[in-house]
Order: sequence, then structure tokens, then C-alpha cells
Amino acid sequence: MTADATVPLVRVHNLGVDFRIDRDATLQAVKGVSFDIPPRGTVALVGESGSGKTVTALAMLGLLPRSNATVLPGSRIEYGGRNLLELTPGALRAVRGAEISMVFQEPMSSLNPVFTAGFQLAEVLEKHTGLTGRQARARALELIREVGIPEPAARIRAYPHELSGGQQQRIMIAMAIACEPRLLIADEPTTALDVTVEKQILRLIAELQARRHMAMLFITHDLALVAEIADHVVVMRDGEVREQGTVEQVFDAPRDDYTRALLACRPPLASRPWRLPVIDDFRGGAVPAPQPERPRGLRGDEEIVLEVRHLAKRFAFREGLFGKREFAAVKDLSFRLARGKTLGVVGESGSGKTTMALTLMRLSRASGGEVLFDGRDLLAVPEAAALPYKRRIQIVFQNPYASLNPRFTAGEILLEPLRIHGVGAGDAERAAIARKLLDEVGLPESAFFKYPHEFSGGQRQRIAVARCLTMKPDVLICDEAVSALDVSVQAQLLNLLQDLQDEYRMSYIFISHDLAVVRYMADEVMVMRAGEAVELAGADELYARPTHPYTRELLAAMPAGRRAAPGRSAG
Amino acid sequence: MSAAAAPAPSVLSAGLWRLAWTRLSRDATALVSAAIVLLYLVLMAASAAGFIAGDWSREAGVSYAPPAFQGPDAVSPEPSAIADTGPAAAPEDLGIPDPLAGALAEIRKELAGGSAAEAKAATLPFGGDKWGRDVLKKAIKGTETSMVVGLVAAALAVFLGTLFGAMAGYRGGGTDDFFNWLYSVFTAVPYLLLVLAIAAVLNQKGVLTVILILGLTGWTGTFRLVRAEYLRHKAREYVLAADAIGASHFQRMYRHILPNVSHVVLVQLSLHVVLFIKSEVILSFLGFGVGVETVSWGSMLNEAQNELLLGKWWQLAAATAAMAVLVTAFSLFTDALRDALDPRLK
Repeated sequence: MTADATVPLVRVHNLGVDFRIDRDATLQAVKGVSFDIPPRGTVALVGESGSGKTVTALAMLGLLPRSNATVLPGSRIEYGGRNLLELTPGALRAVRGAEISMVFQEPMSSLNPVFTAGFQLAEVLEKHTGLTGRQARARALELIREVGIPEPAARIRAYPHELSGGQQQRIMIAMAIACEPRLLIADEPTTALDVTVEKQILRLIAELQARRHMAMLFITHDLALVAEIADHVVVMRDGEVREQGTVEQVFDAPRDDYTRALLACRPPLASRPWRLPVIDDFRGGAVPAPQPERPRGLRGDEEIVLEVRHLAKRFAFREGLFGKREFAAVKDLSFRLARGKTLGVVGESGSGKTTMALTLMRLSRASGGEVLFDGRDLLAVPEAAALPYKRRIQIVFQNPYASLNPRFTAGEILLEPLRIHGVGAGDAERAAIARKLLDEVGLPESAFFKYPHEFSGGQRQRIAVARCLTMKPDVLICDEAVSALDVSVQAQLLNLLQDLQDEYRMSYIFISHDLAVVRYMADEVMVMRAGEAVELAGADELYARPTHPYTRELLAAMPAGRRAAPGRSAG
Repeated sequence: MSAAAAPAPSVLSAGLWRLAWTRLSRDATALVSAAIVLLYLVLMAASAAGFIAGDWSREAGVSYAPPAFQGPDAVSPEPSAIADTGPAAAPEDLGIPDPLAGALAEIRKELAGGSAAEAKAATLPFGGDKWGRDVLKKAIKGTETSMVVGLVAAALAVFLGTLFGAMAGYRGGGTDDFFNWLYSVFTAVPYLLLVLAIAAVLNQKGVLTVILILGLTGWTGTFRLVRAEYLRHKAREYVLAADAIGASHFQRMYRHILPNVSHVVLVQLSLHVVLFIKSEVILSFLGFGVGVETVSWGSMLNEAQNELLLGKWWQLAAATAAMAVLVTAFSLFTDALRDALDPRLK
């Protein structure tokens, strides 16, 4: 019910989709979702994983898997006076691509690696617009220029692997707009990209939309992006629409508990509450009590736990018959880590953050430098004598689905390090320790006998944290430990990490590409680019007065988020 | 604390193995083929223990006794042969008294079963071979031989392949180069030539020899797959995490990675049993297989080659049917097993 008199371009009415998981289990992925997309408007579909936002988009294009998805009777998706759900496959194919097209999250897996970008673009044009080979190639060149890829004449002959992630996504966008669609569906188009690239892609999409008078359905989990790009927001959770309205309504006066929680649980940029609010705090319309500010930063006289001097890591590649090429992933890196404090490490993909972490833990052999810990150079300790040091530096990896052995129960995962390091007198005592730790990271008793696949991503990350805690490490490296999690779960895990640091006085090396999260967690921040530390400063100092141009570029690319939204609408 | 003292095993949750079993048990084809394979295993065990077919080499029937359902030959072969050839031979009778006539008559009488200590059956359940041995019992005994060869040789080959693959994939570098070199050598030599060479070196016939031949030549496929899996898994974060908590190389190789590639190993095992049962048949058919003191499907087929000319089809039929049913059932079971263990492949 928009006040606007114009007829909506697309009207989704009471859409329901069931997925058959098993012979006797179905998942109601989408439950009666309704919203409109006005012509030329941008609607953002926001929700966490499993909220049904992608399924909704796939239903609009008739791309749901036929084998196990059922669109419930009574669902309607009206477009141009027709119900898209009732079209024949042929008629739907004519709409898809030409009038409604889609950009997916992973550009690399959406492009065919054995054809050039230009060929794939021309193919789309030949299929849908009936252009002949030469015309299609000429048009492809124009499109590549339009999506802002430098040297279009050369790039048109490039294979997908020769293009950067951002350029691949630009090619995908070029394909999507090739037939001048009236609606562009963008499903998390920037999630796989670095922040600076994300910014450029968003700008590109906005420009194209204005120039071509397209409507857009922008699907994302990131509320901060929504404020930048959309004018209408639909918040989904568990297959239902929780709230919808204009950006101003939703951001400034959210009515739904869940929306309010989502808005609040991202670490704020202006302050550092003692704990982040989580969804439970908002249940039943409650308002969480204001939190005291958490002091951050170093005084300079703290005890130093770990000192890294001139750390270097080079990878050698064989090239040709005898040639060798070296790639320096980490170059001359030095920093000190104080007890009970957090060093945040930010940088884009390929900047050497993870390599640095693996190298200083000896999970990867360093090419040079020293890691001083307890007065000894860890890198020089022989393998046989390294065991006592290993337990004192631990790591939580990014991907909660890959870092736990799928054949071990949570109990076995926790018992293993206890056995290796001889903690506890027997397995009974070790089991008691493991259960206590599970409780401490907020998992129920029954988790002990469960396998990783029975847990959600956030719970798995808790198990990974508990595994590290079994060894009572002095240093815990969190390598993008919260990046794969939904924002609400992310807040819970950040709170947990914070509580554990307060309790055990562990030092954290907190690696993340998310500048807001790093600002919330870190006392000191190191900015990395191409294997080098370009800037290292106290957190407040770095965010307020970045000195290096790259740091400034990174900070400028941060989605300004909700706080900018009212200003934007006013301006 | 009180709750911690009494862990409830009733909440034992479904591991990946159990999930695979659930998927497998819903597959009708898998269940039927598993039942058939199980039946063969029972036959094999019973035969090995001597409960059935222990007397397979007893000459229980007349030579080439037809199957019971076909009924005995219209006239018992030997007397009729005498009757037929008797008059025909007459013109050639030059009137010279045959000095062996008496002994010959004796032999003929014995062959006809007239004066034999025990009467020989005119028909057998599924016919008899040249020496009147029961083809059904031979087929059962052959099942024992073939299954033992298939199972043990497959276990040996897959064990070697897994061990080599794990070392090569996990350790990399020189170890990997060495095993790759070995792999290349084994796969570069034509298969039969390799088999002949090993047979020549071992220089004796028998079940053990066949097992060794198949086991020592058959590890290459498993090696390639397991090596690739180890390469993939050793870079996974859970293996890095195991390194971080201080697990040794041995623990990472066998406690962490092996269970995660075990579905590959299991499917390879299953595939190789089928492959080796067929290989044993071919080897025995070619004469490199088991010796005359025992029987296998391959040696039955070898004998059947000559029998077919005489129209005695049952030995061929028995060996072929026994093999075809087992191989088909085992292959179907292997497919189902693969789907159950790795549903993404489907």
C-alpha cells in the first residue's frame, strides 16, 4: 500500500515456498511473504541466513529446484499483469534475463572458467536480443566500458581467472543489464568483495539504475548497506516479513523487536558499550539498559606477552623449467602484544593477515624474523620441544564449518587437546573439564555427545573457542572468527570473547576485514596491505586521525550505515 | 555437577556413519543387493567350514550327468555307446581275437556302474562334469574360492593404496615423488604382462598366489584417489587446528584425516572386490589362477570351454550365473554405498 499512485512493477503476494528435506520432513522456507517493488524503486530484502530472502528471489525468476521445492497455492507474483508463478517454462524464460535479471553473490562460480568474459557476455546478447556475432561483440565492448572495467578492449578477451573479484562482479552486472531489464535482482552482490571494491560496485549499481530507469531488489544481510542504497526495506526472519517500510521509517522508528535488535547489535562506531545488545535483550519490546563505556587503548607500561620482529614469509613458485618466482606474503612485520589486550589487524583479502597468524604460530614455516615469547624465539625452537609453547598460542579460524573435524563429537574435540597436553589425571576428569568449558561458552550439556553438523555456525565457533580454552592460552588469535556469522550471532560471540578476555586476561590478535568490529574489540590496530603493516596505532587514534592514505581509503569505504540515513534523506 | 556424573547415552546423536546407514537402509536396491551379498558370504563361510560342498570332488554321478530337471539321458551314455558302436565296429572286425577283450568288457561293465562299489547317479541337481562331480557343489566351492580371493586381495590392494596414498598426499615432497614414480611404473606396464611377471616370480599356483598377484598390482587406483583426498584435506582448517593443539603428524594422518576419507576407501574396497572376483575368473581361465586341487569359477569356465562342444552347458551356466548374480549385487550395493556415504555425488 504505497502512497504512490503508480502501479507497482512487481507485486509479491502471500508467497509461500516449502522445501522437502526428507521423506517426512519439510522446511517452510517462505511463509506468506508480500511486498511491492515500485518502478525505478529500490527495495532491500534484509535478513540473516535462513530467513528465506534468496528463496523469495529465486521464486520470482522460477529458478527454485523443481525436485524438492513447492510453491504453495495462493502465492502470486504479479508482473505486467501476469502471475509469474503460472507462466509456462518457455514464457518464463522470455521474462527471465530480458525483463528481470539477477546478479549472484559469487562471481567466480557464476562465470564459466573456460570461456572469455567477452564471449560469455556476447552469448547472452545473441540469445536474448538476436544480435549477430559481430554486433553482439561490439555491444559487449560497450557494456564492459559501461560497467567501468579499465582497458575494455583488452579485458574483453580475458578469462575469468585473469580478472579480479570486483571485475568479475562487474562482468556479471554487465550480463544482467545486457538486455535492459526492468528489474534487477542483486543477491548479496558485494558480500564476497573487499570493502573498497564493495563501495565501487554499489556506486556502479546505483548509477546504472538511475541511467537505465531500472527497479532493483537488493538482497543483503547487512543493514548498513541498506541505508546507503535502498528506499524501501523489507526485513525478513524465518521466512516471514517482520517489518517493512521506507528506509527512514525502519531505521529511525523500527516497530519490530527483531528489527530493533538487528539495528543495535552491530558494533557502533561512536561508542564502545561494555556488552553488545543481543536479540534476547529486545524480546517482548524490552529496551536494553544502557551499557557503561568500555575503556580501550594502551597506557604503554603493560606487560608484553609476545613480540614479533621482522617476521617474513615468502612463497616460492616454480616457473617454466628452471625459473623460480617468489611471492612475499608477509614482509618485515613487527609488533608487540600486551597481556590482556587486543591487537586488531585489518586489511583486504590477500594482505597477508592470515599468513602472518599461521606463521607466528608455526603452522606455516617463516622465512625470516623472530617471535619472542617468554624470552625465547619461538621460530627457533626445534619441533620436538615446541609442544609446551604450542598450547599457549591458539587460533580460532574463520570458517566454523571447516575447522571442526566432522567425525568427532564436541566432547572428543575438547578431550583431544587435554590428552595431548596431559591436562587432568584421567579421562573422567578431562570430561568434567570439557563439560565445564562447554557451559562457559554457552552450550548445553547435551552438546558433549553431538557432532559438528548438528550445530549452527555460531555454536560451532563456540566449540572452536572452547577447544582453545582447554589449553588456557596466553594468546588467542581470532582469524576472521566472527566474519562468517550473522550479525545477531556475531554480537553474542563478540560478547563471549570479551567476557573470556576479562576472565582469563588473554591477549587477542583479532584479525578482521570488518572495521567496525575491529574498532569495538581492539586496543591497538594494525592496518596491513600487501604483506606490510602500513599503520599501527591505538584504536581511537587510528579511527579518528588516520595518517596513511590507505587507512583513510579503507575508512572512507566503510558503509556509513544507519546514522547517515536520516541525513541523506534530509539532504 | 550431579548431571555431569551421569552422562545419558540415550541422547547419543547421529554421527555421519549413522546418517549414511539411515540413507542406505531406505534404499530398496541396496537392501536387496546387500541381502544377496550376505547370502554369498554365508555360503562362503559354510563352505570354508566344510558344512556344505565339502565333498565337491567326489565323483557322485555319471560323466556329464545332466541336471535333474532335464532328466537322465534317454539311454545311459556308456551302454548306449557300446550298443551303438558295437554293430558299427563289426565290419572292421577282422576276426583277430582281441587279447584285451576280457579286460575291456570288465572296464565297460564298471563304467556302466554295474559292478561299481557304489551306484553313480544318472542325474545330479545341476548336472555333473566330465568326472561326474556335482556342478552345484563345484559352484559353491568356487564361490568360496572366488570370494576369498576377491575379499582378501581387495583388502590387500586397498590397504596398500590407502597407506601409500596417505603418505604421498600428506607428506608431499620427496615421499610424494617416490610414490608417484612407483605408481607410474605400475600403471605403465601392461596389466597382463605385470600379472605374468609376478606369477613367474612367485612360481606356484594357488589361492595365495592369486591374492598376491591381484593385491600387489591393484593398489594404484586407490592410491591415486586417497592421495588426492589427503592433499585436499591436509590444508583444511580442522587439520590446521589439530596442528595448533599439538597433534602429531601420525595423529593428524590417521586419527583426523583418515576417518574423513574413509568413505572413499570403503567404496574402493567394495569396487575392488567385484573387480578382483572378475580378475580371478580371467586368471584362472587363462591358467594362471588356482591349481587343479581346488575349484573356482574361472577353472569351471575353463573346463566348460571343451564341454560346450559336446553340448554340456550346465557347468558354464552354473559358474556364470553364480558370478553374474554376485557381481551385479555387489556393484549395485557399491553404488548405493557411495550415494549413502557421499550424497553430494548423486
